[in-house]
Amino acid sequence: MRIGVPAETRQGERLVAASPASVAQLVKLGYEVVVEAGAGTQASFLDAQYQDAGATLVTAQEAWGADIVTCVNAPKPGQIRLLTPGATLVATMAPHSNEKLVASLAKRGVTALALDAVPRISRAQAIDVLSTMSNVAGYRAVIEAAEHYGGMFTGQVTAAGKTAPATVFVIGAGVAGLAAIGAASSLGAQVRAFDVRPEVAEQIESMGGTFVSAPEAQQEISADGYAKPLTEAQQAAAMDVYAAEAAKADVIITTALVRGTAPTTITADVVAVMRPGSVIVDLAASGGGNCELTVPGRTVTSDNGVAIVGYTDLTSRMPRHTSTLFGTNIVHFMALLTPAKDGILALDLEDPVQRGMTVAHAGEVMWPPPPVAVSAAPAPAAAQGPSEEELAEKARLEREAAIAKAKRRNWLYGAGALAALLLLAFADTDTVKHLTVFALAVIVGFYVISNVKHSLHTPLMAQTNAISGIILVGALLQIGSADPVVSTLSFIAAAVASINIFGGFLVTYRMLGMFRKDA
Amino acid sequence: MTLTSLATAIYVIAAVLFILSLAGLAKQETARRGNVLGMVGMGLALAATVVLALQQSEREAWVTALLIAMVFAIGAGVGMWRARTVEMTQMPELIAMLHSFVGLAAVLVGFNSYLTEEADAVHQVEVFLGVFIGAITFTGSIVAYLKLSARMKSRPLTLPGRNLLNLGAVVASAGLLAWFIATNSLTPLLIMTAIALVLGFHLVAAIGGGDMPVVVSMLNSYSGWAAAAAGLMLENDLLIITGALVGSSGAILSYIMCKAMNRAFLSVILGGFGTEGGTASSTASEQGEHREVKAAEAADILSAARSVVIVPGYGMAVAKAQYPIAEMVQNLRGHGVDVRFGVHPVAGRLPGHMNVLLAEAKVPYDIVLEMDEINDDFPETDVVLVIGANDVVNPSAMEDPGSPLAGMPVLEVWKARQCIVFKRSMATGYAGVQNPLFFRVNSAMLFGDAKAQVEEILTHLRVSDTAGA
Repeated sequence: MRIGVPAETRQGERLVAASPASVAQLVKLGYEVVVEAGAGTQASFLDAQYQDAGATLVTAQEAWGADIVTCVNAPKPGQIRLLTPGATLVATMAPHSNEKLVASLAKRGVTALALDAVPRISRAQAIDVLSTMSNVAGYRAVIEAAEHYGGMFTGQVTAAGKTAPATVFVIGAGVAGLAAIGAASSLGAQVRAFDVRPEVAEQIESMGGTFVSAPEAQQEISADGYAKPLTEAQQAAAMDVYAAEAAKADVIITTALVRGTAPTTITADVVAVMRPGSVIVDLAASGGGNCELTVPGRTVTSDNGVAIVGYTDLTSRMPRHTSTLFGTNIVHFMALLTPAKDGILALDLEDPVQRGMTVAHAGEVMWPPPPVAVSAAPAPAAAQGPSEEELAEKARLEREAAIAKAKRRNWLYGAGALAALLLLAFADTDTVKHLTVFALAVIVGFYVISNVKHSLHTPLMAQTNAISGIILVGALLQIGSADPVVSTLSFIAAAVASINIFGGFLVTYRMLGMFRKDA
Repeated sequence: MTLTSLATAIYVIAAVLFILSLAGLAKQETARRGNVLGMVGMGLALAATVVLALQQSEREAWVTALLIAMVFAIGAGVGMWRARTVEMTQMPELIAMLHSFVGLAAVLVGFNSYLTEEADAVHQVEVFLGVFIGAITFTGSIVAYLKLSARMKSRPLTLPGRNLLNLGAVVASAGLLAWFIATNSLTPLLIMTAIALVLGFHLVAAIGGGDMPVVVSMLNSYSGWAAAAAGLMLENDLLIITGALVGSSGAILSYIMCKAMNRAFLSVILGGFGTEGGTASSTASEQGEHREVKAAEAADILSAARSVVIVPGYGMAVAKAQYPIAEMVQNLRGHGVDVRFGVHPVAGRLPGHMNVLLAEAKVPYDIVLEMDEINDDFPETDVVLVIGANDVVNPSAMEDPGSPLAGMPVLEVWKARQCIVFKRSMATGYAGVQNPLFFRVNSAMLFGDAKAQVEEILTHLRVSDTAGA
């Protein structure tokens, strides 16, 4: 089947749905790939590179007329008309807020697969373009902030004086938020981050940020990995946190986007108390913005000199890597749709991932899909931990048990020593002499062996094995006995013991020869 | 100076050499010297003994000499042949088999000592003890050998009232000792030998495959005590010293193994896992959805990583995956990836088993680290490969107080950014406990034969090498 990659026509869009590398992988899946001439130019992919990767260059019309069409943005009405009925469209469509588009695709008889409707389950991570986009946007947000911030992110101590590191406050630790935390902290900023989901604290810290804890503003662990709308009390508490953090911050990156809509996190009042020269980057500008002063698509400056960046095209500002990652998402998706790797698309509506992404099929609107059971979050702890008194009580009991045990042990040792003393007192001196040797050898053995490294324990066992073949000495001394029974028995004993000696030493030697240090 | 006193002097030297030999084994740098010192000590001791044996021979000396020569011929022939041909993965079997030889020899020497020397109570006790320990070591080691070489099911044999059976055997043996001292007749000694043989069989049969490191080191210890007991009855200090050294060595190894599993020595010896607690079932169910990766993706992940830790387990030995792993490590290190190994003390079927396997595959020993050395580094590790290990990387050991593994020190692989688990299927490990690691968001499963999968990864890595060049 033929996959078409048309050029994006949205104003200012610089992305493309396939990179030369992803084209090569699609070809490997058995597909014929056609790319609209010039589709990748804005993302620094030249037509010749696509051709080298196995694609054919075509006109826009031909690209839209392919069996499978893949693009970044949802098609415009004029483009929908170019689609062949029965063809498959793979693109981002925002189906939850774009009923008209979905309906017209269904009417056209197109199978529409929305790349931004991937169910949040681990298996589907590789095709989740929202993660890809958010990741890039989070990174770019930091770059934009650095551009507008009149200082260095990292703290410096120089001969000309010192500068404090920038304080970056990130609201929302989703993919974008985490990417922003990572980028900002690698530029040297002090990063603080807040999220209504308390379970992300660990992730924030792993990216180099400090988690702002505010239990009254944080909700319970969610079942589907997305944040839920907050209750009123939580909402108010969260606003207090934002205000308090904003007053300290040089840069705020706010990423709160709950299913396409942007709740307000930074009010005009909060902006008013921020330091002049600070920057707010609003990643939710496409949904109207988290900051009351945000103007989607533009950068504005407040009365008190705070820059508010409301770009909605952050991913497009890094077209090369965004397109590369986006293209790889599509390759993973096509691999899922092409289990036989024969270039034949086989949509399986039983598969929750594929079903979840199908918004139109065979003339019918398929959105919204049935809910998917997910395992994004670990189950919450079943029971509350023991209270402090219980812990103290337990510790006390344990202490008492330990003391009682030590007492018992001392009695036992004492009794053992007494018994040994009595036995030895009755034994003849020769035996006592031998037992002395025995006791000392045990102690020497204990100290010598305690030093052996774990990695040498197997050779140690083989070697001690060989040495314990010393019992051969006893057998050899009995072999010359005149009694044939004794002689035979000792012969057998000596034979097996000598196998031990030869085998044990040699195998130890062989093993030790294998250990070598890094040259 | 008589021959006997000269021999005694040589025995002292040999004993010192043995101590130095074991001391040498403490470090890789001195280990080979330690091995050679042991050989020299043994050579000296045997030479002195042969001279003594010839001098004391009650028959014509040449007959004795001939017998001794035959003994050495057999020992050298069989021993060297086994030592040369044994595969490193079969090391546990070989060692178990060698233990059984010491046990057998101790039994036979004990009987001989009874037959040749006149009775006094102390000597009788020594003979009795030597035969008892020797017999347990003999059958116990044979069972261990059979289990390790998969000729016998490694599942624990659980007879009803098995602890009472063991206790009964010990009590009966004590009764027989009294009878033996009183009459000095052969009958109680023979009955006791039979009981001890059965006891040895039953003790080890009741222990499952995963506890084998403890069992093998325990038998190692017993073989030492058997030699020491032989030394006491023959009044030979060299045997006493050597036996004591070996005995305490095995005892320490058993102790280390038990500590690494957070289990009491007695509970390991007295039976299989999970027989006492009923809490295992609560955690044994499925705990969510696991993610699967293929070898090609794993290769991509590895080549993009900066630091990789490989955690091998018994599964690696079974699949003989150490060779392709070593090549993979070499390839990755060639690309500047920091690759290290993290070995849990009870990984494999012998103490230090993994280290020997990796050494055999020419993995440098200085990148093979112990659990304590590497546990703190996991949070900074990009990728962990868990190859054929399960219980030793189970997070419920630290997080679920109701788990049968609770309190066992484990390798904290889940703290790494990404963890790839090589496994045949989703089956549980030796302890029968489900492993929540498999369902973590940063874990992925790579199913199939470990060796084949690693080879495939290696192929992918090489392909990208040539493509990149």
